[in-house]
Amino acid sequence: MAAINLTDLAQPRPAHLPALPEFGAGDTVRVQARVVEGDRERLQPFEGVVIRVKNGPAGNFTVRRIASGIGVERTFPFNSPRLEAVAVTRKGRVRRSRLYYLRGRTGRAARVKEARRG
Amino acid sequence: MTTGMIGRKLGMMRVFDGSGRVRGVTVIELGPNYVTQVRTPDRDGYSAVQLAFSGRRKRLTQAQRGHLRKAGLERETLTALKEYRVDDSSGYSLGQVLNCAQFEPGTFVDLTATSKGRGWAGGVKRWNFRGGPKTHGQSDRHRAPGSLGAGTTPGRVYKGQKMAGHMGDEVVTVLNCLVVATDPERNLLFVQGSVPGPRTSIVSVRNARRPALKAYTPPVFPTAEVEAVIDEAEPVEDAEQMAEQNAEGAAEQSEAQE
Repeated sequence: MAAINLTDLAQPRPAHLPALPEFGAGDTVRVQARVVEGDRERLQPFEGVVIRVKNGPAGNFTVRRIASGIGVERTFPFNSPRLEAVAVTRKGRVRRSRLYYLRGRTGRAARVKEARRG
Repeated sequence: MTTGMIGRKLGMMRVFDGSGRVRGVTVIELGPNYVTQVRTPDRDGYSAVQLAFSGRRKRLTQAQRGHLRKAGLERETLTALKEYRVDDSSGYSLGQVLNCAQFEPGTFVDLTATSKGRGWAGGVKRWNFRGGPKTHGQSDRHRAPGSLGAGTTPGRVYKGQKMAGHMGDEVVTVLNCLVVATDPERNLLFVQGSVPGPRTSIVSVRNARRPALKAYTPPVFPTAEVEAVIDEAEPVEDAEQMAEQNAEGAAEQSEAQE
């Protein structure tokens, strides 16, 4: 009897949710995440630069934004039922896959160049 | 009436539960288990069933093979014979197949397995000793156990003194593991948390003897109510205005005190 491969058991993204667009590090995305407030559930947008994408059965991505002058990073698992939708608002041109260098920068230095079309 | 069952640890993964929480789970290939012997009060003085786990190739002794042949179950993949006490064994028959469906998600199980062998381990690893100082002229004392006891009185080392020695490779029972899900089709049991032993090792599962009242529930993001501050805080128009507001607030406070 063949051993069961655990990656085959990983839960896929819930079928009732819209498919996620392709995006990578450097892109600016607007994430709609489900948030429970008291007994109420609502969608909370979170817009920022993708600084890291981890692939695989338990993949996730991290979005960084500056909120009220404070850097905030949030990591979303791709297959979480709380991840409602992702919209790519800007394609970025970057030369590495992990943009941790953005953490030390603020303002103009923390910008990511827009990718040229085509 | 359920018996315990014999399974095999496959490894760990994570699972989203209904409300979107992530739970770290261990996957156990549970069964199919075959009944290889039924013990009855008349013949054996107690009620129990003996089970064998199917799915792992292992050479059996001639005696074990003969025993299985008697149950009509001689085949290569049966192994890990184990007995489980039941209140009434009359409902079981030789060769009967049991699978993981008897365990319900949301209930608790006790798991027994052999932990990973650590070999001959020192006091720091085995008993969480702190070891010696790293600096200040120390040499050879970084992971030393320190004193073993007092001097002339008692003049000996007490029995049970924690010292280096063999660690792991012992039978460990973990109580009250939450069953997160079951998959009877593939004979899988998903249990919250870790399970002793390496992958592919044999694990014995039984219903919890003393079930917990409540399972640990991972927190839902956000874990604290901070969102309002970030999202709805008004932008500060200018510093002067803010200073004014602060001064007013302070004045009101001092008034209230008077």
